Amino acid sequence: MKTEKLSELAGTIRSKNAGVTQVTFDIIFPDKETYELVKRSGVLTKESVARLYGIKEERISDFVEFDTANAIKFTLYRTKLSGSPGDPDVLGAQQYAPLLDVEVPLQ
Amino acid sequence: MGKGIMRILDPTGHLGYVPLKPESFYRGMTTKPDFVVADSGSDDVGPGSLGAGTSTSPLEWQRFDLEHMLVASRKQGIPMIIGSAGDSGANSRVDIYVNIIKELAEKHQIPKFKLGYFYSEVSKEYLRQKIKDGKVIMGLGGLPALTLEVIENAERIVAMAGVHPSIKLLDMGADVIIGGRCGDITIIAAPAIRAGFPEGLAYHMGKMIECSSLCAEPFMGKETVIGTISDEDIKLTPFHPGQRCTVAAACSHSMYERADPFYEYAVGGKLDMTKCKYEQFDERTSRITGAMWIPAKEIRVKLEGSRKVGERYIGIVAIRDPYAIQHVDEVVRWSRDHVEEKFGKTGYQLYFHIFGKDGVMGDLEPVKEIKSHELCIVVEGVAPTKEVAEEVAAIGTRQIAYMRMPGVKTTALAAAFLVEEPMQARPAYEWSINHTVPVDNPMELFPVHLTEAGI
Repeated sequence: MKTEKLSELAGTIRSKNAGVTQVTFDIIFPDKETYELVKRSGVLTKESVARLYGIKEERISDFVEFDTANAIKFTLYRTKLSGSPGDPDVLGAQQYAPLLDVEVPLQ
Repeated sequence: MGKGIMRILDPTGHLGYVPLKPESFYRGMTTKPDFVVADSGSDDVGPGSLGAGTSTSPLEWQRFDLEHMLVASRKQGIPMIIGSAGDSGANSRVDIYVNIIKELAEKHQIPKFKLGYFYSEVSKEYLRQKIKDGKVIMGLGGLPALTLEVIENAERIVAMAGVHPSIKLLDMGADVIIGGRCGDITIIAAPAIRAGFPEGLAYHMGKMIECSSLCAEPFMGKETVIGTISDEDIKLTPFHPGQRCTVAAACSHSMYERADPFYEYAVGGKLDMTKCKYEQFDERTSRITGAMWIPAKEIRVKLEGSRKVGERYIGIVAIRDPYAIQHVDEVVRWSRDHVEEKFGKTGYQLYFHIFGKDGVMGDLEPVKEIKSHELCIVVEGVAPTKEVAEEVAAIGTRQIAYMRMPGVKTTALAAAFLVEEPMQARPAYEWSINHTVPVDNPMELFPVHLTEAGI
């Protein structure tokens, strides 16, 4: 089946602190059609995200399909609160990269 | 009911963090807004600013933003509100900003005006009393309820104000307000609510413009936007000629840096965005309707507290040897063993941030294979005293160069030092309080003061 990378389909893919205990991820699509295609494909779910990041599902605090914005949004608990010793990404801003290469079936 | 419309200008999403862009600011100011506001703080910068009583950025940058905003707004008689002074919004930051405003007013010979300010620091005694009274100080983001021990260990604690102290100071006649820690959205909502506009729209406008140009596209930071509120809607207009506030950009920003895109909390209630409608008003302006404010049954105020973990030294070392790169875990193990030999396994913290492997993502990194031809290892040592922190970082850094491995051909040092000795970094802090406390009165933690500035 023909697939396309999420980075080709989404307009914005980002991560950022949501408070000091969590990092939130936004995948925003340019139009309803693309958004619905990715939603239907099932490649972005709580389970798939947990697998991609190698974490347990319990670490995902929220998983939201935000229709108004054509966006899929999920949030993880941090293992270290932001800015603690050892935290390599104080703003949680560079945690989205693995999402870029997720393959989305086009049918 | 508000009177017609109110227009609020916001030139920066974090005053002083990166200097504001004067061109779009002055373009916005020529349209004579009703208020000029900017938030200057965030918990994004980590717990160090609050704990150490410092600001994350040079004072000069903060002065730069304040100077542009003060001079331009006073020239037109437009009230100005600054929230969360100096990153943490601690009392010392409020005092510094109040002094900067007074100095600038004198420097620019600004006619006398009323300068209001409020504090946000919370005493440990206040919180102990709450617990003694049987009140639960609830944890946010999965943290357990606050205990006396955590209160005791905190270096400094601030509460996050709602709209109330800003409204109070406007009532008292303040022309310029410097706020301690407060919700980013509240300094925008406050003047609109005070003027009688619907609370839902007022808070939502706060949410949309508190990061200034981040609500428009293409991405630009520190460019001016103006929010316009009426009884029916809010409108967002960017003032950099290359930016547009599109429906997509506005929607996208509405869910920025929050777990739940539908709700935002402030003292006294929550903003409900489930029924919001976004439309394009003109080429560069989007129009939003439908936000509602839902008052809370119990008023709770968010607290932020920071605990000192220890002194910190950082070493930077790199490896280029391909065998060492493929066996970097063993290299690091070798180095850690030497630290443990001297200090044991506890009483300090030692981190090897291996850039080129998983330095950015740590345990979240799915790429397990190292594909880089060079690695940088940042060695972070934290301990109760400077001496121990320095030694932990020094052993951790230097032993990387002394690793012994059969596959490594060099008989000289097996690592490149960027600097020979570890560098003293700012002390390490961690967020220890991220909680909400119930209050009888939304003003009880935020004393307000009024003084004068200018000549």
